[in-house]
Amino acid sequence: MPAVVRCRSAVCLLGRFPALAGVDLDASTGEIVLLTGANGAGKTTLLRLLAGLVPLYSGEAVVLDHDLAVDRKGARRDLALVGHETFCYDDLTVRENLRFAARAAARDVVEADAALERLGLTRQADVVHRRLSMGQRRRLAVAVALSRDPRLLLLDEPHAGLDAEGREFLDDVVSTAPSEHRTVLIASHELEHARELATREVVLTAGQAHLGPILEPEPHWEAS
Amino acid sequence: MSETPNDTSTRLLKPSVSRVLGWVALVSMIVLVLFGLWGAPKDEVQGDAQRLMYLHVPAAWIAYLAFGVTALGSALWLWPRTRATVWDRIAGASAELGVIFTALTLVLGSLWGRPVWGVWWAWDARLVTTAVLFFLYLGYLALRRIPASPEARAKRCAIAALIAFVDVPIVHFSVNWWRTLHQQGTVFNERLDAKIHGVMAFTLWFGVLAFTLVFGYLLDKRYHLLALDEDREEREVQQAIAERVGAAAS
Amino acid sequence: MNLWQEVRLVAGKDLRIEGRSRVTAQQIVPFGLIVLLLFAFALDPDRGILKRVAPGLFWVTVLLAALLAVSRSFAIEADNGARDGLRLSGLDGPALFLGKAAAIAVQLLALEVVLAATVVLVYGIELNTLLPLVLATLAATVGVAATGTLYGVLAAGVRVRETLVPVLLLPVVAPVLLGATRAWEAAIDGIPSDAWPWVALLAVFALLFTAIGMLAFGPLLEES
Repeated sequence: MPAVVRCRSAVCLLGRFPALAGVDLDASTGEIVLLTGANGAGKTTLLRLLAGLVPLYSGEAVVLDHDLAVDRKGARRDLALVGHETFCYDDLTVRENLRFAARAAARDVVEADAALERLGLTRQADVVHRRLSMGQRRRLAVAVALSRDPRLLLLDEPHAGLDAEGREFLDDVVSTAPSEHRTVLIASHELEHARELATREVVLTAGQAHLGPILEPEPHWEAS
Repeated sequence: MSETPNDTSTRLLKPSVSRVLGWVALVSMIVLVLFGLWGAPKDEVQGDAQRLMYLHVPAAWIAYLAFGVTALGSALWLWPRTRATVWDRIAGASAELGVIFTALTLVLGSLWGRPVWGVWWAWDARLVTTAVLFFLYLGYLALRRIPASPEARAKRCAIAALIAFVDVPIVHFSVNWWRTLHQQGTVFNERLDAKIHGVMAFTLWFGVLAFTLVFGYLLDKRYHLLALDEDREEREVQQAIAERVGAAAS
Repeated sequence: MNLWQEVRLVAGKDLRIEGRSRVTAQQIVPFGLIVLLLFAFALDPDRGILKRVAPGLFWVTVLLAALLAVSRSFAIEADNGARDGLRLSGLDGPALFLGKAAAIAVQLLALEVVLAATVVLVYGIELNTLLPLVLATLAATVGVAATGTLYGVLAAGVRVRETLVPVLLLPVVAPVLLGATRAWEAAIDGIPSDAWPWVALLAVFALLFTAIGMLAFGPLLEES
């Protein structure tokens, strides 16, 4: 299977601090890779590195056939990051924000409306971003990512702040990703829950990671 | 590796060359002062005040030379094929010297203007452009002081320097146009281009040479300091990486 | 999506946010009016100076208001990680630059209409030959908007952004102030032939800084 992500000894600085001090990582199409590790281990930085948002200091990192040492921007149209922020505008409604994200990624507005429904945000469609609760913002962040129809989905602690209903929507998105030919990298502290979804786990310690064991997912979704 | 190839040398000139340059520059400045104060004859029209020109004109020359060096360094850093840390450092060092010489130019010009024109300031294209240059320098230096990764800071400063470089001719042109449309401009221009020859001309050109030597010497020294600083930071980064790797292993 | 569609998307987003939040209408325009009023306090209307310096005061006021408009344009992008969102969006640097600059220009033009009406009514001047005046105003506004957007993104991630942008921007747009004021004076005095050279200067400035902005915006956004 073609490699979507490949890192060897990747080093990444935040200021002068080596947030990543040597990461080895592989991910192929359709995998759901779980990133675990203590706070400050570098999970967020790794995801941001793969999104091309922080420069690679040394080592090798290739995402969707783009070498991050040379071209940080090339892969962005085909990936999506769900970080701690929603990347949205406070004065625009949920629907307006989603449509902007979809059109900016050169996708049809239909994708935005579909993502709206898929994350159960239909009732909040015309609410301005400023008025959303944290759980609703989390869902919106995932919806923004989906409306870009990405091949690689990078999720940074997406379950945090979600209620039970929100988690169901999110888990559905993650577990159906392989059937939609999407690859998922998910950083999470919720080990039991996330391990059920993932096909492989990678542990980050002090900014370093090595290729980890492969887990089998619990078969709790049905192919459409 | 980081996107900019690292320059391993921390000097622009070899230490022996730098030392010689320093002495030559110092001697030239002493000679200039001697000529300026005693060697050159007193000007008929402007009197002793004209002697300030021997400092003012070379200072102005350096102000603009330093600006050009900063712009050139910035351009070379921005162009991917020539990108190297040395250009960013040269740009930064040159700007620091440039702002000092620009301030000197303005002050000396003002000191000269008072006895000769009767005013501390005049709205002449050269003066106004030099004043704007001063502010452009200040902006650039403010940008350099903002903490950021070397890449980010270099990119920001380089683009700001090139914008300023493009702007200065526009400023000069527009002010010149403005002042020549209003007749007052020509009176001052005449006095500014006082006819000089003989010893006076020699002193002026010697002044330009002396100041250029001083500029070169100071540029090398400042570059050296910047390079040492950045090398130390790089060593700290490498140390931090090693520590982190050690922490994981234990 | 081609360049113009992307530009319309970005400009539309910014103008829609302004339409909702009304910061320009309710804060920046009043600021401009207050500054004009303060000039009247400072320059005693009875002594006839106000009429003669009205063009200069108008354009100084516009420049000061432009500082606020630029600040606001990038304040929008500072919340919710929107800058990261723009980087990840896949939109090109030139499109982002032109879109944001266009939105600023539109808002400045609206402001200028209000201020011009005020200056005519309150300072008591007459605008005789309109064509050079209108063209000069358009060119000057584009020049200021382009340069403002350029410095806005340059200072975008910097904490001291609000005090830094004025120091950087104002010296660079000094020729615009000069040219626009002279063009207005020529128009008011009824000597349009004096105005055209200044209009040309303003147009060159606008084109030059638009070109620089299109090239530099992307790289600067990456580092912010």
